[in-house]
Amino acid sequence: MATLGDISQRDGASDARDNVTKPEGRPGPLNQINRDPVENWQRGGFGLYLHWPFCLSKCPYCDFNSHVAARIDQREWQDAYLAEIARAAGETGERVLASVYFGGGTPSLMDPELVAAILDAVRAGWRVVNDLEVTLEANPTSVEAGRFRGYAAAGVNRLSLGVQALDDRDLAALGRLHTAGEARAAFDLARATFSRVSFDLIYARQGQTPEAWRAELGEALTMAADHLSLYQLTIEPGTAFGTRHAAGRLPGLPDEDRAVALWDITQEMTGAAGMVAYEVSNHAVEGAEGRHNLVYWRGGDYLGIGPGAHGRLTLDGIRLATEAPRAPTAWLQAVRQGRGELPREALAAGDVLAERLMMGLRLAEGVTMAPGDLPPAVAARIDMLVSDGLMWRETGRFGVTATGRRLLDAVLREILADQGGSQPDSDI
Amino acid sequence: MTDLSHIRNFSIVAHIDHGKSTLADRLIQATGTVADRDMKEQLLDAMDIERERGITIKANTVRLNYRAKNGEDYVLNLIDTPGHVDFAYEVSRSMRAVEGSLLVVDASQGVEAQTLANVYQALDAGHEIVPVLNKIDLPAAEPDRVKANIEDVIGLDAHDAVLISAKAGLGIEDVLEAIVARLPAPRGDRNAPLKAMLVDSWYDAYLGVVVMIRVMDGVVRKGDRIRMMQTGAVYGIDRLAVLRPKMQEWPELGPGEIGVFTASIKQVRDTRVGDTITHEKKPCAEPLPGFKPAQPVVFCGLFPVDAGDFVALREAIEKLALNDASFTYEMESSAALGFGFRCGFLGLLHLEVVRDRLEREYDIDLITTAPSVVYHLYMKGGEMRELHNPADMPDLTHVDHIEEPRIRATIMVPDDYLGDVLKLCQDRRGIQMNLTYAGGRALVDYDLPLNEVVFDFYDRLKSVTKGYASFDYQITGYREDNLVKMSILVNDEPVDALSMMVHRDRAELRGRAMVEKLKELIPRHLFKIPIQAAIGGKVIARETLSAMRKDVTAKCYGGDATRKRKLLDKQKAGKKKMRQFGRVEIPQEAFISALKMDD
Repeated sequence: MATLGDISQRDGASDARDNVTKPEGRPGPLNQINRDPVENWQRGGFGLYLHWPFCLSKCPYCDFNSHVAARIDQREWQDAYLAEIARAAGETGERVLASVYFGGGTPSLMDPELVAAILDAVRAGWRVVNDLEVTLEANPTSVEAGRFRGYAAAGVNRLSLGVQALDDRDLAALGRLHTAGEARAAFDLARATFSRVSFDLIYARQGQTPEAWRAELGEALTMAADHLSLYQLTIEPGTAFGTRHAAGRLPGLPDEDRAVALWDITQEMTGAAGMVAYEVSNHAVEGAEGRHNLVYWRGGDYLGIGPGAHGRLTLDGIRLATEAPRAPTAWLQAVRQGRGELPREALAAGDVLAERLMMGLRLAEGVTMAPGDLPPAVAARIDMLVSDGLMWRETGRFGVTATGRRLLDAVLREILADQGGSQPDSDI
Repeated sequence: MTDLSHIRNFSIVAHIDHGKSTLADRLIQATGTVADRDMKEQLLDAMDIERERGITIKANTVRLNYRAKNGEDYVLNLIDTPGHVDFAYEVSRSMRAVEGSLLVVDASQGVEAQTLANVYQALDAGHEIVPVLNKIDLPAAEPDRVKANIEDVIGLDAHDAVLISAKAGLGIEDVLEAIVARLPAPRGDRNAPLKAMLVDSWYDAYLGVVVMIRVMDGVVRKGDRIRMMQTGAVYGIDRLAVLRPKMQEWPELGPGEIGVFTASIKQVRDTRVGDTITHEKKPCAEPLPGFKPAQPVVFCGLFPVDAGDFVALREAIEKLALNDASFTYEMESSAALGFGFRCGFLGLLHLEVVRDRLEREYDIDLITTAPSVVYHLYMKGGEMRELHNPADMPDLTHVDHIEEPRIRATIMVPDDYLGDVLKLCQDRRGIQMNLTYAGGRALVDYDLPLNEVVFDFYDRLKSVTKGYASFDYQITGYREDNLVKMSILVNDEPVDALSMMVHRDRAELRGRAMVEKLKELIPRHLFKIPIQAAIGGKVIARETLSAMRKDVTAKCYGGDATRKRKLLDKQKAGKKKMRQFGRVEIPQEAFISALKMDD
């Protein structure tokens, strides 16, 4: 936890103003930085998420908003992204941007020129911190690796590679289009091209033994990434795996004991390698934590641009949930009509608290919150969970313990047991 | 006014599905009482629930006019009796109101246990009984075998049984002729003081309480001042009528006649089945014998699933009770289930019918606690206390001994399943009283404690005999036994709604079954949960529900916040179906399912 505190201190510096690049011709009222509580660095700053909705093929486990299209007109998409960036900047241009994240879909299918144009527009739209984090998710195929240099030139400084497995048979089972060899080569190239590289692995796969996972994770840890995302395979309804699972045709998934064993191996090995979990599924060497995602988990504000992208925006003290139309054509059309966004939802206090705990308790650092900010019943249940050894609490801060973390969903249900559900949506 | 010699009063005794209602419909049609086009199938079973379960709960009656082959006109009064053991007393009163019965037996099946009970009631009432074999047009019909079966099992001469198919309308005329020729005419003295039996009463939305009577002696007319001899209440008759089957106003009812009246009676509760009605001014000397107030024998708690429905439940129960004098209720509060009612019923079917009506007609989701019988606690001081709810069991040091109700169960079962039935009865502390065979079927009588039968005996019986057994019972009295209160502790806290009275020798078995079942029924929590069965301070069975080990969403980013939060809300809504005990949530169905024994 101390590590993350340090990062935010370092990133934020003693005076946020020193850390700000002024966009040209836009003086901006600097004194607003301190007025807006969400702008504070404790919350991870202000981020921008851009969604690229296309993939070459749909992976059977994936329930993200991704689409396979025969032809993509990158010019048309560029116009749409730039229009949305301009619109968003018009509303939040006085804020200081700490992170940009290209997610998908498969953003490594974007032309480097498109990425460059977007990042130019971002810099024109907002003041950004000096060490703006710009992450792009990439698939480790040879074709996509050919674009890495172009992305770096455009301003991407962190690559997140969807390696998923280091075993060819399992990669095929996961519907991936690359081999383990290609993934290693792509990783090496990324390492040489970007200052920060992360990659994803999916574990608790069909038939995966603890021994096999030990070997695979051991190899991953020798690859000298500074950041690893290690996800247990989750069967989501509405995916190909979901359908197969429901029909009983997805054998070999781990039972609870096996899943716990695999989880424990993961914690033990990453810990020994100096890559402790700073979040449920995310591991980093000290200082290499993904800052963009910290914005989500710390309850900061972020913009979501692109089909199906979500955002959280605090305006006049009201926290708004934003969402864009999901279908690519619907989003493009909405943008052409001037607003690539659905009606906003004002979150009730209970929803804000629920999200804050849901996201914040994923972090090892826990949630920083003044004691008075918690409803007494919630605080009492936290104390109860502390006595169960599932949570910890210190002045102004609480979190889940290592044991509690793998039970986080149940812990949240318990903490929020009597917190009312969503109020009827009120559109703004 | 019809001369006594031209009146015939009868009931129809039949097993469920053997065709009682269909035959009644055909009799109504054949006598032209209701025009064919107005005939609604099975007129007499009006209520949905009755129709669904194939049973008749409220007795109805119909007055038929019939010109017999001898050219004379007769009045035939059919009383439609409830067909279930829970309503044995009501049946007995209906039987006393008529002089004969048609025993309807499915020609492809034979006599069933439930039929027997009503036949015995009819014999007790001194009835002439005419056997009627129904469904003779079915390929599976074996009239000769079934006739022999009737003779074997009931000892009734069946050689001149009437052969019919009520569905096809065959033999209906023969039934009418047999009623006229073979059933006795009622007797009575027109000039004696009024003496009539209250056979049934019900609430009508337009007329208020409607009372059905059979006149024994004397004559009753509209405007008469009458007294109910058991309750002492006096009323003026506003309306006098007969049922055809719709109500038709009638000037007077004399001896042997059956009809209904209204008299500004507020609640059905104010009337008592079996009561004697006489004139206020010129009363008869003594009431009719055999009157018994309704006595609930099975009790259970009814709680609203949603605590906010308590007021609605109270209103629904009050309304229902107005029309059902045999149903009792009092408010109950349970640590587990909140506020509800402890309700008393005539039996298990009665319980189910009332619960169904509350859920269906009043749209209230209910939690039903385990049914319990009424125990007699004899205190050290000599005083006797009734125990309706195991949760109210006093400290044992004050109790001298406990008595429990026993029943005489009659079970008819094909030979093949007899062994399983005997084992089931034996396991339930039964004492075999009698065992006879008739045509491939066994008739077995057992003396059983009601508390062993009250919960799932009938379900078990059906399952071990693949549905081929029929079952009936009668309460025979109370007997002392070694009974104890077994408590269930979940996470070291007693759950009152799960406590029960058990025989000491059966306690370990039941306790183990309960804790094992609860271990399956209670979802795992964040901590391990001991589940124990205990008698007093002594634990007799224990299971530990292990703690949940892993439950975490692997991936949760910005776009997932909304989805994840809504999922959480949905999961929390699911929790409403649970009841909170300390920190443990117990699903509602556990309160009933935990008690089911798989034997």
